[in-house]
Order: sequence, then C-alpha cells, then structure tokens
Amino acid sequence: MDRKLSWFNVTSLVLGFAFLYLPIVLLVIYSFNASRLVTVWAGFSTHWYGELLRNEQLLDAAWVTLRVAFITACVATVLGTMAAITLTRYGRFYGRTLFSGMIYAPLVMPDVITGLSLLLLFVAVNFDRGFWTITLAHITFTMCFVCVVVQSRLVTFDRSLEEAALDLGCPPLKTFFVVTLPIILPAVVSGWMLAFTLSLDDLVIASFTTGPGATTLPMRIYSQVRLGVTPEINAVCTILIGIVTVVVIGASIITKRQEVERQKAERLAAAG
Amino acid sequence: MSTGVAEKTQKTIGGIRRKFSPWTDPTAVPLIRYENVTKRFGEFTAVDSLSLDIYEREFFALLGPSGCGKTTLMRMLAGFEEPTEGRITLAGEDLVGTPPYRRPVNMMFQSYALFPHMSVWDNIAFGLRQDRVEKGAVAARVEEMLKLVKLESFAKRKPHQLSGGQRQRVALARSLAKRPKVLLLDEPLGALDKKLREETQFELMDIQMELGMTFLIVTHDQEEAMTVADRIAVMNHGKLVQVAPPAEIYEQPNCRYVADFVGDVNILDARVESVDAGGLTLRAEAAPDMPMRISQGGEAKPGDSVSLAVRPEKLRVDLEPPADASLNCLSGTIWDIGYLGDLSIYHVELPNGVRVKAAKPNLTRMVERPITWDDKVYVSFTPDAGVVLTR
Repeated sequence: MDRKLSWFNVTSLVLGFAFLYLPIVLLVIYSFNASRLVTVWAGFSTHWYGELLRNEQLLDAAWVTLRVAFITACVATVLGTMAAITLTRYGRFYGRTLFSGMIYAPLVMPDVITGLSLLLLFVAVNFDRGFWTITLAHITFTMCFVCVVVQSRLVTFDRSLEEAALDLGCPPLKTFFVVTLPIILPAVVSGWMLAFTLSLDDLVIASFTTGPGATTLPMRIYSQVRLGVTPEINAVCTILIGIVTVVVIGASIITKRQEVERQKAERLAAAG
Repeated sequence: MSTGVAEKTQKTIGGIRRKFSPWTDPTAVPLIRYENVTKRFGEFTAVDSLSLDIYEREFFALLGPSGCGKTTLMRMLAGFEEPTEGRITLAGEDLVGTPPYRRPVNMMFQSYALFPHMSVWDNIAFGLRQDRVEKGAVAARVEEMLKLVKLESFAKRKPHQLSGGQRQRVALARSLAKRPKVLLLDEPLGALDKKLREETQFELMDIQMELGMTFLIVTHDQEEAMTVADRIAVMNHGKLVQVAPPAEIYEQPNCRYVADFVGDVNILDARVESVDAGGLTLRAEAAPDMPMRISQGGEAKPGDSVSLAVRPEKLRVDLEPPADASLNCLSGTIWDIGYLGDLSIYHVELPNGVRVKAAKPNLTRMVERPITWDDKVYVSFTPDAGVVLTR
C-alpha cells in the first residue's frame, strides 16, 4: 500500500480535481463577496445571504422545486421499482425486449426532445400547464433511472429468500413487503435520491412543460443570470451545493457504517 | 418373533437396518404419491411420467447427478413448480393447483435462504407468525427449536453473524418450526465441510426419529443418501432407475447405471453360458479361459450378453493362487496402488489389458511381504460377491 505517487500521478490528480472543482470553489468564494460586482473582490460579507432571504421570488421558486422533486422522487421510485421487478422477474414474457428498450430510452433521449414531446402531449390533451405538468414530466424521465438502479440490485437477489417466505406460508404480496423490499431498500433509497436530485437540477424539461405561476429554482436562476449575475445567485448556488454535499456525505457515512458493522459481526462469527 | 428367527437363518442383503419397511406392506397407505408426473420446461423434459410412493415417517432420498430431475421433483411437492401432467397427492389430497404458501410441507433450502434482515429468533418464528399463532405459543415453539438445534445462545444474532454450520441449523429449525407433514431438504449439507457434514447427517436422523416426521432429501452425494435414508430413489434423465433401501441399492443394483453411480464397482462384459438352480456360469471377455460362477442372475438366459459387477472390497488380492483357482480367479499384475490409510486400492491389469480395482483393508501396521508394483497377483471372488446385470 505504501507505493509512492509519481510526479505524473500527482500532476494528473491535481489537474483533474482543479478541472472539476475550481469553478465551484470560485463560486463559493464569490458568494461571500461584499461587492455588487460579481468579478471584483471587495472583502468578506454574508450580506447576499441575508438579501436572499428577503427575495420572495427566489424563495417561491425554491419551494416549488422542492415540492416537485419530492413528489417526483416518491412516484418515480414506486413506478421504477415496479418496472424493475417486472423486468427481472417475469422471465421472457412477450414483448419484454421492447418493454426494456422503452424503459431505457429516456436515459439517452436528449432533454430537449423529451421536453418538447411532453409539451406537445400536454397541449394536445389540453392539460393546464404548471406545477403538475412539471411533476409529471419529471416522473417520466427520472423513473427509468430508478428502474436501472433497482434492477441492478434485483439481478443479484437470491430468489430462494422469497420462496422460503412463500414456503413458510406468507402470501406473495406480503412476501414482497416483509422480505424483498427490506432487502432491496438501500437500492430503492438511492433510486429515490437520484430521482430527487435529477428533478432538483432539471432546467430544460421544466422550461418546456411549465406554465404560469410555476417557476422552479433552476429556471429562476437562469432567467436572472440573463439579466446579469448577482452575488445573490452565487449564494443560492452555494446553499444548493451545501445541501447536496451534506446529503451525499450523509448517505455514504451510513453505508460505510453498515459495512463496518457487518465486517465486525462477521469477524465475531468467525471467532465464535 | 418368528420373522426374527427366519431373518437369522436366511441370508440377507447388507447390514442391519432399523425395522421399518412400510413399502413392503401392501396394506400401508403412502403419505405422498406421485402419479405419472411429467414436468417439461419448453423442450426439456425434467421429470418423465414418474410414479413414486413415499410413506409416513420415512426418510427418503432422491439421488442422482445434477440435471436428473430430482430437484424438480421436490419443488413440485413444495409448490414452486406445477407438473405438466399427472397428479401429486399428500395424505390423499390432490396438491396440484395449491400455491406453496398453503401446502403443509416446508423446505430447507440449499442456500439456507435465511432472511438477512431478521434475527435468528425472528427467522424461526416467521412461519408461525404467518399462521397467526398466538404469541406465547410462538415463543414456546421457537425456544424448543433453538434447543433442538443447540443454538439457544444465538437467538438475537443476525444470519451473517453465524458460521456456516450454525446457519444450516437455523435453516433446519425454521423449516421444522411449523411441524410440517413433510420436510423437504434440498442438498442441505452441501456447503459444510466433510467432518461437520458427517456429524450433521446423524443429527438429522436423530431429529427425524425424535419428531416422527417424513423427510424427503435431495442429494447428489451417495454417501449422504446411504447414511440417512430408509429408502433411496436413484434417478437419471427424469426417470426413477431404482427405488430401494441403501443396502439393496449397493448390493443388488438393478442396472449398470446404479451399480456405477453408487459406490465403486468393476464391471466386466460377459456372456451367459449356462443357468441352473445354483446360479449361472459366465465367460468374461476379459478372461475367456476362466469360468465365472455367480449365485444370483436375475432373469439372464444362456447366450445373453450381460455385465458382471463386483465391488472392489469383495475382490481378494493374493500373491499366491487361492485354494480353488479353477473358478472366479483372475491373474494379473499390479498396475497401481492407491494407499488411503484404512484401505489400499490395488489396480490390477489383466493379461488382455483390462484393469480391475480391488480394495484391501490394512488390518495390521506391518506386513512381511507387502504387495507392490508389478507383482503378479491373483484376484478372486466368491459366487455370491458378484451381481449379473442385464441392463
């Protein structure tokens, strides 16, 4: 393990991380800028965070975004899990290839096309565009991500666990809730988180499917940026980065701790 | 008592078994009946028009190579597969169409299939809770099961905190907790090491006796089947080849397949010369000059091509020719020796190149003149040591 890093390794590591994180670091630094001008540093200040709390429009947009993301994540998780179960469990039913192809298509479909086609659909059926059309559109495109995550877990799932439950007198539906779901729960939860973050930062599809009165945070930020970047935007983005970082670190700490506990338990078993 | 006397005087096949043989009693009603059961998976026929009766309190083993249909046969009883044709009855009740969660049988899985998110206690209680058994009764039964498999102090552990042997016990306790009419065991000891497996085989037998239940075990390990079972069904290509108690399977195989699959055997191609009341005389292709006398020949007729099967431990190997060298005696040279500690296996090459195996127990630590490579030896056997196989 004590292999030394060569100069080449160090350089590529630094360059790679700089490429990824320098813009974000700059953004965070400038969110504490006292100056009104984004690119001129005039000393440290939390002024723009206070300003942010008084910006009704931004707060409204944030609230809409959070509600859309929450509903999207919940519905997409249910639908995506169901699709994953059907695809992994029911063998080679008629049209399976077509169905699985259709599940994966939105993964590679350009957002513009998804957004435009959904817009055309909503117009065609005369659906009032707004909060619910954004939510529906987000469910559509996040559900396949959930499906992929859950499916990869189900492929390695030991079917005999379900058979054991059936064998012991547990009906199929109950078996799903007391045996299958608890075991695949980590995959389902990460599917939920994935759907939540995808919905949170979507701009293109939301712009296509929105209507009056429903503006999400990315849309609000984008429209404000067109009028010139204010340090306020930097502050919002810093908060968003903070939220995402906390969630990701939290999730990985939980998984890590479970892993450590499992290893400790296995050592215990091996010893006794 | 009269039967006991008869058994003493009459020669019987194999060693002593406990006296339990409902299959020989024509009035006994079987607990499980497979009636002309066929199971196809697409083009593949896993079980082919098979009929089988299993009796209450029997420890029954399905033995065969992988892919012979033994697991499918068991899974049809559990309800995980439905037969394509035929009927399966349990205590007179037709099981076809009954889902697995309504069948009075429980299964112990090869992978154990313990619920990883539940403690040992909850795993064992799972089946009882499905039946809405009252709490006190569940607790009492779980404690009883934990005691039976000697895991009282492990109740709170999760499956991953247990060793392989302990998991196996939990799986057994869980499948026994509901006191099913039949316990199905799918390769239950496959994941254990040899020593532990042997111990557990005897424990399984004790538990089966103690609870008075019917056990159906699927295994590809012939030693395991021989040890635990009252009767063994040897399967091949979806059909039953022979169904009989272990000693009969070993000493009286009904075809080359069974003789070869169960234990070690020398099979010599031969032709029947004559048949009389005392047995039959054969000419083996490997030794055309030596007549072979076998006391039991089944339905072989003069002129038939048959196989002469002799187990290695029933062949004598000597450096000197035996007293009567005119019958059942082959001469050859030692080609190879396998020393196993308790036994030595001598591979003897006959003059025409055919090799036979003879096992000799190493009864003493020192021998004056051990048999060694390239020795000229005599291989002989008694007329009741061999079996004539027509199939």
